[in-house]
Amino acid sequence: MCLAIPGQIQKIHQDTPLSGIVSFSGITKQICLAMVPEAKVGDYVIVHVGFAISILDERAAQASLALLHDPTVTGLIDESSA
Amino acid sequence: MKYVDEFRNPQAVMHLAERIREKTRQPWTIMEICGGQTHAIVRYGLDRLLPSDITLIHGPGCPVCVTPIELIDTACRLARLSHVTLCSFGDMLRVPGTNEDLLTVKAHGGDVRIIYSPLDAIPLAQAYPEREIVLFAVGFETTAPAQAMALLQARRLGLTNLSMIVAHVLVPPAMAAILSSPYHQIQGFLAAGHVCTIMGYEEYEPLCRTYRVPIVVTGFEPLDILEGVYLAVSQLEDGRWTVENQYTRSVKRHGNPEARNIINEVFEPTDRTWRGLGIIEASGLRLREAFRSYDTLEKFRDDIAPLSTISPLPVECQSGQVLQGLLKPIDCPAFASRCTPDRPLGAPMVSSEGACAAYFRYRHQHQPISPKSR
Ligand code: SF4
Repeated sequence: MCLAIPGQIQKIHQDTPLSGIVSFSGITKQICLAMVPEAKVGDYVIVHVGFAISILDERAAQASLALLHDPTVTGLIDESSA
Repeated sequence: MKYVDEFRNPQAVMHLAERIREKTRQPWTIMEICGGQTHAIVRYGLDRLLPSDITLIHGPGCPVCVTPIELIDTACRLARLSHVTLCSFGDMLRVPGTNEDLLTVKAHGGDVRIIYSPLDAIPLAQAYPEREIVLFAVGFETTAPAQAMALLQARRLGLTNLSMIVAHVLVPPAMAAILSSPYHQIQGFLAAGHVCTIMGYEEYEPLCRTYRVPIVVTGFEPLDILEGVYLAVSQLEDGRWTVENQYTRSVKRHGNPEARNIINEVFEPTDRTWRGLGIIEASGLRLREAFRSYDTLEKFRDDIAPLSTISPLPVECQSGQVLQGLLKPIDCPAFASRCTPDRPLGAPMVSSEGACAAYFRYRHQHQPISPKSR
């Protein structure tokens, strides 16, 4: 039940509470965005029990990966962001 | 999938394991708090990539596993009432109560619904105004704002036929309880990345100073967990103890302010019994005064009052020891024999985040005895 996974926002609806369509590798779901009101279409969010709980920070992710000093790792992130 | 695949890269995993090996000069014992991390560690065999001097022990971080048996019994009793619809996450249905679990109640005609999100209870309350919709609210800080949002939405819509059994628990008080036990063996912690996504990590700083343990806020993918271990081992080898944040892509120092406000509006801290661990001060949440009309236990006081408050755990189940990291699941005498996911004796064998279930799923055929068990 504690599972929380990343997905990408595809659409935002201005309803109460704020919601949007989030894609998880192609499977889309209606998700509550009330906890991430600054989110934009295209952002990646961590989703837990139907709620986005954070907007993933791309620069922080790149920095973490770069810290591992492995060129194959940074290669992968370029591929998957294409 | 972006933010997943790159954190599972096998070469980088091996590379990081090698760096941990280089760094480690003496034995260290590190506890990962969250059951999601336990699951990933056992699933990917990350503990086996580590040098034998590093022992990972599994913490109490499965909210399903620590929900007290009295609340399961209460939920079962309510679900048997003909005008009640009980909504719960799927994991809770197989958790054994004293005499039965929610799945048995459902099989006998009780209206038990598995929900994906607490908000799923709202359309049910709207569609069936003559029924009482009860939300079985279980979880850590990660889930608390979602439960709170469901109540805020119910209030906004003027729904009076929805109420909540609040079984929510908080992580830092449980860590303090474990650290103050004279038997604990923990030298460092991997804190739960999604709990900290909501709450931030300031609360961990006093724990770190008082007990002189490194605490590394850690994510859930293999590279996250190994990097968390690397940072913890580095601190231990250098004789330091601070709070470090490995999971920077999701966790900020102050957490998610919107989510924290939502929790604060609806809930306040209270003492709470943890299954297998006992009462821990200020380790749970209850509804604030303004929301008490949504409290199931108040609303159904007369239906549940005669319930005994002392329901013993099955004597065989060692879940209290497992949840404190004092025993590995495979060293429980009932593991995989009298206790299996099909016939669980204790909650850690039920939930997908439970340590016993993770070992059953990924380990028991291959490895009857843990090389690192203590
Ligand atoms: S294996 Fe079963 S009986 Fe043993 S501690 Fe785990 S849940 Fe309890």
